[in-house]
Amino acid sequence: MSTHLLHVDNLTIGFPNAQNALTHVLHDVSLHIERGARIGVVGESGCGKSTLAYAMLGMIRGTGVRVHGTVSYAGAQLFAMTPAELQQLRGAGIALVPQNAGQSLAPHQTVYQQIAEVLEIHHHMAGDAAHHRVVQLLGDMRLHNPALIAQRYPHQLSGGQQQRVALAMALAGEPNLLVLDEPTTGLDVTTQAQLLALLYELTHDTQMAMVLVSHDLGVIAHTCEHVVVMYAGEVVEMGETDRVFRQPYHPYTRGLIAAMPRLHAGGLPFAMSGQMDNSMNRQQCALRARCSFARPDCASAPPLTFVEHTRAVRCHHWQDVAAPHQHTIESPVVITESRSDEVAPILELRHVSATYQRSAWRWWTHVQPHMVVSQVDITVTPGQTCAVVGESGSGKSTLARVITGLHPPTDGGVYLARELLPTTVTNRSHAQRRRMQLVFQNPDLSLNPRHTVAELLYRPQAVFFGRSRTEALPHSIAMLQQLRLDESYLRRLPQQLSGGEKQRVAIARAFLADPDVVVCDEVVSALDVSVQAALLRLLVEIQHLRGTAYIFIAHDLAVVRAIAHTVVVLFAGHVCEQGTTTPIFTNPHHPYTMLLLSAVLTVPRRELHVHTAHARDTTPRAQGGCPFRLRCPIAIPQQCEDVVPPWQHTTAAHSYRCHHPSHVLVQFRNQLLLPTTQEEPNA
Amino acid sequence: MQFSLRWAQRISLPAWLGIVFLAVHLLMALCAPWLAPYAPTAIDTNNTFQSPSLQHVFGTDRYGRDIFSRVIYGGQVALVISIVSAVLSVLIGGVIGVIVAFMGGVVDEITMRIIDAIISIPGILLLLVIVTGLGTGTAIIVLAMVLGYMPGVVRVIRATTLEYVPRDFILAARLRGERVRSIVWVELLPNILDVLLVEFAMRASWIVLAVSGLSFLGFGVNPPTPDWGLMINENRSALVLYPWGTVFPMIAVATLVVSLNLVSDEVAKMYGIDRGVRQ
Repeated sequence: MSTHLLHVDNLTIGFPNAQNALTHVLHDVSLHIERGARIGVVGESGCGKSTLAYAMLGMIRGTGVRVHGTVSYAGAQLFAMTPAELQQLRGAGIALVPQNAGQSLAPHQTVYQQIAEVLEIHHHMAGDAAHHRVVQLLGDMRLHNPALIAQRYPHQLSGGQQQRVALAMALAGEPNLLVLDEPTTGLDVTTQAQLLALLYELTHDTQMAMVLVSHDLGVIAHTCEHVVVMYAGEVVEMGETDRVFRQPYHPYTRGLIAAMPRLHAGGLPFAMSGQMDNSMNRQQCALRARCSFARPDCASAPPLTFVEHTRAVRCHHWQDVAAPHQHTIESPVVITESRSDEVAPILELRHVSATYQRSAWRWWTHVQPHMVVSQVDITVTPGQTCAVVGESGSGKSTLARVITGLHPPTDGGVYLARELLPTTVTNRSHAQRRRMQLVFQNPDLSLNPRHTVAELLYRPQAVFFGRSRTEALPHSIAMLQQLRLDESYLRRLPQQLSGGEKQRVAIARAFLADPDVVVCDEVVSALDVSVQAALLRLLVEIQHLRGTAYIFIAHDLAVVRAIAHTVVVLFAGHVCEQGTTTPIFTNPHHPYTMLLLSAVLTVPRRELHVHTAHARDTTPRAQGGCPFRLRCPIAIPQQCEDVVPPWQHTTAAHSYRCHHPSHVLVQFRNQLLLPTTQEEPNA
Repeated sequence: MQFSLRWAQRISLPAWLGIVFLAVHLLMALCAPWLAPYAPTAIDTNNTFQSPSLQHVFGTDRYGRDIFSRVIYGGQVALVISIVSAVLSVLIGGVIGVIVAFMGGVVDEITMRIIDAIISIPGILLLLVIVTGLGTGTAIIVLAMVLGYMPGVVRVIRATTLEYVPRDFILAARLRGERVRSIVWVELLPNILDVLLVEFAMRASWIVLAVSGLSFLGFGVNPPTPDWGLMINENRSALVLYPWGTVFPMIAVATLVVSLNLVSDEVAKMYGIDRGVRQ
């Protein structure tokens, strides 16, 4: 117990299920955290990682019950402490940065008030000393003008700034252990990269230990020395991050890594079969049904065994898994690039611009109408996927709304099969509405919670083909089968489906209209990687079968590389670079594309070169000239401010907007992206 | 809510009590002609102020009318008025709430300001003004009740609908080109039905209380109609010497209101609506 800061010993936490029996969300988890250690806990939703994070603070959420096991901090049992002792410990000993930090900040208090409260409780600091310390803490978070930020209310800050404020608040008590629950969820890649770099700096060479809980392997790979992989409430593998991710010993870890889309290789990622078993039968290996290495002896639950000094794995056959060149899993599907210049485009956007204007009724509000989308040209041919990428606020969702007729453009037009579409969905014809379908980001919102799957799939058929319920049924079943769901799903309600299943039903609903174009708005971004991989495969499969064109709106560049034929990079509503997928990823020319690519987290880790000039938190919108100039590290002082950059081309199928000549951009790229131009070692 | 879903799915003991009492009230009101031993308005001057006996189970009042018969017939009046008023309040309020939420903008602003204005008038004052202005009678009372309780329904239903209007499944229906009527009917209604039911049960219990209150004050139905509030008022002067004429109608009002409340609580709990918040 000497050097260890926190001990989790045989911790089992259960939640009562419908039969009033306890389901073990954490099962026999043991973990030892040393001073100064950086440990990542990774797993998919429902694996118990958040429950573990909260248990480290002596907290069990909701109806959970501690079945057995202990958590001890510096020799003291957390679950035996009085509320007063726990309160003293939290903050000063162990601090938590919760998920969605923005929502965890009190909306009615300024940043200063909230951090000062922590200082007063734990350090009895007040007045000028407290103010000085708050500003210093905010400055440590690399926030520009910390004195100003301190006076702001949480809603006046961006997501990245809120996250840093929450971090500053957690660090104000000078804890020995910092627990972060999904610290980068909902942040843009560039903001995420900056936050992780900051975390790395803060914890490097200090005695503060850090536990980072995330579903994102890339986040863990770039911040933590050790990783704990969790599945169904159990630790299935742990060890040094680099080694675990380079050579996984557990089939689940291996499956997770294979399911990650690869930024540098392209091709669809491997999908693990099945889904996590929530019944959690502890007699057998939890992964048995999904595991391609499973043998008869997997009917007995394997113990967590230390196979090397710091490396433990919960598998009977880890040696088989670890053995090199055992590629028994299916080969990757590689998207073939278009050779279809002669094929007539199915969807065209010509010079589309859109703004949000204040409603005439709310004349007293002074909202500056600004261009959300400006002069966008996109052409998609049948059977092709055009990806639209950009950070939040880049106008990519507005573009989806313009295409589907939910938001009339101020300029330009949308053409379906060379025919100009009316700007609003109500003015479009029945056939035009049928031929264009939209799949939403969040199936929890897009599927009516009171409709069964049968009813959900019946609606578009009733509207577009006038089918009766009985006529619709065979079509619904056939479509479900195509999406690997069987007939029994027809009777279920959305709440009885998993996230991936819900999204498949949403996709089935779109395809039952027999569309020519499907607009996919971030359809896989809310899903776990293994589910995401399976869904991407299904999307590609249906596209091959039906020749449907996709507009694929996404922020994840690796996903885009896996699925898209052409890519449009949007910044603040302007197209920076567009073209076929390969040149965009291997020969990017716009500084913004390079910036996005440089911020993508890969597994295993690579050096990130995030340019400080790229901070988007404090950057105002640029008016006139090049929209990117305020974040561009190589902006030309006069030219970029005054002159809109011209289109330049590397090939007929790849163009970008920049004043710089090609060789300057390539030189800058080599500086920024040097490590990424090499292929991954074990790709 | 301290009860988890499992509890809500089973019907709790208080709710059973509520259901039983409500059923008894309904049965008594429906079968009044067969259950009541005397006509509710039959005067018997030889037998005034009788205590409960085998002839008169609840005793008689100052005109010798059988209190048991009057209580049973009084249930008819109370239930008919409250159910009709509650149905109308929820229907009209629901329709207005949904329309206003869907249309938004100017229509929403103007309607809601009018609704706010009505809500800001104290309930009993509003009822009294309507009744004194338009006279008494069942139709007028129903009108007063609807005007008094409908605005609350509009607010609740509008708020509930607003929660769903921006949801993507409504958007998806609009993208299919469905009309507002079919969107409301197919997509929205299944989602707000729970709230409508709870609103109905809640408003009904309040309306029973309000109707009795009006009658008590002499603004409700006219004598000699058997009505609980009226009965309480009529026999109030003899309360100390002769409590039966007041106590039995009071028990009737109380059991009906409490049982309606218990049932609406249970309905609300079943659908996971917290009445404490809704009110």
